Amino acid sequence: MPSSIRLSVKRQDTPTSSPYWEEYEIPYQPRQNVISVLMEIAKDPKTRAGKATSPVVYDRACLEEVCGSCAMRINGVARMACTALIDSLEQPIRLEPMAKFPVQRDLSVDRQVMFDSLKRIKGWIPIDGTYDLGPGPRMPEPERQQAYEYSKCITCGNCLDVCPQVNGRSNFIGAAPIAQARLFNSHPTGAMNAGERLEALMAEGGVDDCGNAQNCVRACPKSIPLTTAIAEMYRATTRYGIKKLFGT
Amino acid sequence: MTSDRNFWVRRLHSLSGIVPIGGFLAFHLYENSAASRGADAYNEMTHRLQTLPGAVAAEILVIALPLLFHGIYGLFIAGTAKPNLYSNGYVRNWMYFLQRVTGVVVFAFILFHYWTTRLVQLTDHESLDLFRQVQSAVANPWIYAFYIAGILSATFHLANGIWSFSIVWGLTVGPRAQRRMLYISAVVFVALSVVGVRSISAFRL
Repeated sequence: MPSSIRLSVKRQDTPTSSPYWEEYEIPYQPRQNVISVLMEIAKDPKTRAGKATSPVVYDRACLEEVCGSCAMRINGVARMACTALIDSLEQPIRLEPMAKFPVQRDLSVDRQVMFDSLKRIKGWIPIDGTYDLGPGPRMPEPERQQAYEYSKCITCGNCLDVCPQVNGRSNFIGAAPIAQARLFNSHPTGAMNAGERLEALMAEGGVDDCGNAQNCVRACPKSIPLTTAIAEMYRATTRYGIKKLFGT
Repeated sequence: MTSDRNFWVRRLHSLSGIVPIGGFLAFHLYENSAASRGADAYNEMTHRLQTLPGAVAAEILVIALPLLFHGIYGLFIAGTAKPNLYSNGYVRNWMYFLQRVTGVVVFAFILFHYWTTRLVQLTDHESLDLFRQVQSAVANPWIYAFYIAGILSATFHLANGIWSFSIVWGLTVGPRAQRRMLYISAVVFVALSVVGVRSISAFRL
């Protein structure tokens, strides 16, 4: 059993300043996670060398892998800090902000691009009318079970962080919004607007910009079958595109 | 139609890799295995192909133009990639990386290959003895190595391309279907590689 917990954090004071590394060491306690260690450091923030410093800035909310806000690179791999258990990590533990989003401060990043992508693929079901539209059609149970898997997406951004096609040189929207298009297109009411979502996926940065490296499905903390969703959207856009080409 | 442009350009890139380019590659590796039957058989075969009616038109429309489109747009696609093998050393991530590397290698090779074995025939009638021409070229171990690299890059790129083609067009959706397609593409890679490497090796005998 180690006597201490050592942490190495890539910090950045402002969105435009250059990053630097700081090391911390706190007495070992069993059954800690990365968040609880960061909270422990914040009680008396000083570096391993004993120099007083500011507490590390990071995002968190639920602490049970549901909110999606505490995603960061832990020992080089994007994952949720709340379920990253200290006892299963190699020390010193390296914490970095995710690399595909602009850094706000330290480990906190701005994931606005993910929400913009959800808007782009129309990741919702329009049910508002000027009168009561009544109950929607029922959904077959096996389909509901599949849809439930996709509804677990927490927009954490891990799938984008591990994707070699998501970077400054490409406009690829990444796996999460594609899987959400699949979710809403499979919903009996959402299917009424399926064409609009497919059109969004056929535009630049859509499903065809995927490179099939399939890192996303391994990085997803909710085990969402992302590559299956992507392939389903490939199939749907194939049918839709050909129909559109030869249709009226 | 404007918003679908990206879709169709990408799909044309995917399709052109299989038809006609993939089909041509398989045919090309197969026809060149005539080299193992000697210089006369080989030169007779190339002469017969080149004097087929419409050979030049087919060469431009079915081979050269699709290859140029697939190659140049492929370079653009490869340019948008940012490989991350160090933190994600999975098999599929390697395939993603190798697909781009082999694409660049084989495109460079094809330009060299086309220049030295086909375009040269337009000016230099000595080179109508194509067998000797290739034989003297691959006598140089570096050019021979370039040929081997070019052939293996082409067969890998096609085999792995069949795997991703079947996802792009919606044939293999789930992980099980994709694994089966992986086995099929592995067989394609080995079979075409054996035929191709044996053909070029025949020029070294």
